[in-house]
Amino acid sequence: MKPRLAFISFASCEGCQLMFLNLEDEILKLLDAVEVADFREAMTERSDKYDVAFVEGSITRPSDEQKLKEIRERASVLIAFGACACTGGVNRMKNLHDLSAVRSYVYGDKKDWFETSACKALDEVVKVDHYIRGCPVSKREILEVVKSLLFGRPPAIPEYPVCIECKLAENVCVFQKGMVCLGPITRAGCDPMCPSYGNRCIGCRGLIDNPNKNAALSVLEEHGLTVEDILREFTIFQAYAEEKK
Amino acid sequence: MKTVDIQVHEVTRVEGHGNIVLRAKDGTVEECKLEITEAPRFFEAMLKDRSWWEASFITCRICGICSVGHTTASLKATEAAMDVEISEQTLLLRKILFYAEQLQSHILHTYFLVAPDQFKVGSVIPLASTHPDVVRRALRLKKLANELCGIIAGRHVHPQATVVGGFTRIPTMDELKMARQMLLDAEPDMKATVELFAGLTWPDFTRETEYVALSTEDEYAFYDGTLSSSDGQSVTASNYKEIIHEKIVPHSTAKHAFHNRESYMVGALARYNLNHKELRAEARNAAKKLGLKAPCHNPYMISVAQVVECVHCFYEAIDLVDQLLEKGLKPEVPNVKPKAGRGVGLAEVPRGLLVHDYTYNERGLITDANCIIPTAQNLGNIDRDIRAIAPQIIDRPKEEIRLLLEMLVRAYDPCISCSVHLLDIKFV
Repeated sequence: MKPRLAFISFASCEGCQLMFLNLEDEILKLLDAVEVADFREAMTERSDKYDVAFVEGSITRPSDEQKLKEIRERASVLIAFGACACTGGVNRMKNLHDLSAVRSYVYGDKKDWFETSACKALDEVVKVDHYIRGCPVSKREILEVVKSLLFGRPPAIPEYPVCIECKLAENVCVFQKGMVCLGPITRAGCDPMCPSYGNRCIGCRGLIDNPNKNAALSVLEEHGLTVEDILREFTIFQAYAEEKK
Repeated sequence: MKTVDIQVHEVTRVEGHGNIVLRAKDGTVEECKLEITEAPRFFEAMLKDRSWWEASFITCRICGICSVGHTTASLKATEAAMDVEISEQTLLLRKILFYAEQLQSHILHTYFLVAPDQFKVGSVIPLASTHPDVVRRALRLKKLANELCGIIAGRHVHPQATVVGGFTRIPTMDELKMARQMLLDAEPDMKATVELFAGLTWPDFTRETEYVALSTEDEYAFYDGTLSSSDGQSVTASNYKEIIHEKIVPHSTAKHAFHNRESYMVGALARYNLNHKELRAEARNAAKKLGLKAPCHNPYMISVAQVVECVHCFYEAIDLVDQLLEKGLKPEVPNVKPKAGRGVGLAEVPRGLLVHDYTYNERGLITDANCIIPTAQNLGNIDRDIRAIAPQIIDRPKEEIRLLLEMLVRAYDPCISCSVHLLDIKFV
């Protein structure tokens, strides 16, 4: 029987679901191999019976925690789909401010009308089986995870930093161009798209497991920088790292 | 006389989460509303203290579908605040990128979200076996738009090469030639799209409203223009608050937008009604084939106006690529000196007028931010359309009422996670 997939979103831009729809060359073949049980952004038929849940977005209010727990009970495999789901993504910057002040700034004296809580990644609420990282996710990793589920093997997701891929892509090192980049400590798998397009890595895929003990750190040493120095430059996706301090 | 109770929990084939509620007793509509249940994300608050270079990378993440639109409005706001002039080359590249996003978004909406209703199916998936040529064409056009964005800015969802003052990478001449060829190869698909939609019929409902869009005399305004209303009055970007009035109403936690009347419409149909004379000949011919005449007061025709805009953007993109090929591309390094000031960036993104308004301190950090999203501006108008159509269709079978209401909400192509970037909305 074909595995039944569900695409469900919490606080997010739904750009990762769009990346799934952007698999223009593969999507028709993919739909032969799997059944889509729920995809609110693209289809009307909806079902609660699914095997694999691709969950996009972060958890930002108590009622969504409950919804996520129900999804966890239904799905045999739960995938955190994109940066918002994996680490809290950009939504997490909210946690760096006083929550009451954030609500007042936006809602004024009506701030108590709305339910909101500190932003959480999915794995702060339920067990997550696989992570598809990035903002947005890469199409290649979507396919890798779907294939691995079909073949019953673990997905091959890089454990090394972006620097490795950048060298393979023969990019000029961003540090050599006089800029600071999160590549040495960010998990690879993005085909170093940002450095390849002349920009810097802003760390959307999250930190590698041991940022302070990896070979790419020599790049930082050469430029007299520490992991903390480069993290300070980039808050956009690193609010989760700042919170842990 | 009929009693109807319709609750569409989480309208499908729209971006984000919203519910339609309609209750009628003895033929009288007692309650109809579009509830927005999306989780608020507080972008304006998150922007506080962020640096000038980060603003566009943060705000493009308000929406995956109109990421280029947010990027553009954001860059324009920062450039206005810091008196940054962009080169002609940057302008041309940004416009191609902008047109490619219009194409990507309108194709996604018309083929994937709207067309299934016309074929009486729940999604594009069953069409893959019943109408494979249609689905394959839609995928080819979507891919074309994505690849154009890729060539100019890295990717469509959250572009990387677009920065304040210009680009971090300029495409090569070979890539531009490839872009031109891809566009030319897609011309039959573009023509077939017009034929397909010309063969469809749309629900008959009209409600005249106020239409708001950017306008310029030289072109069909997308990237820039003066902010104009069909009720008269036009203002420059920094005076947008003279047209966009926001008010807090007791039954809504979202600020409703209004100008001259209770509500107004933004988006493809508003642009068409205000600016149809500036359309390219190819797009004007398409409008004729599609039966779209200005002024059009039928909101279901928004999708048709989107097809017309696809044609316009498609040929406009070819022209701009040709201009760049003729002029040649040269490397440019964006030059920005952060300074204190306020800047407003307006742009006509796929779903309508988008406003980014930032105030910076002398260190180039944001002290105040305001983003006004097209869907938030349209919500009041959708609500009034629902109220106007409900009594006209109340005697029809329940499933038909439900479908017509869903199609109406869908026609506006609401981008709910965008509109709830800061607020939770409920209106009754």
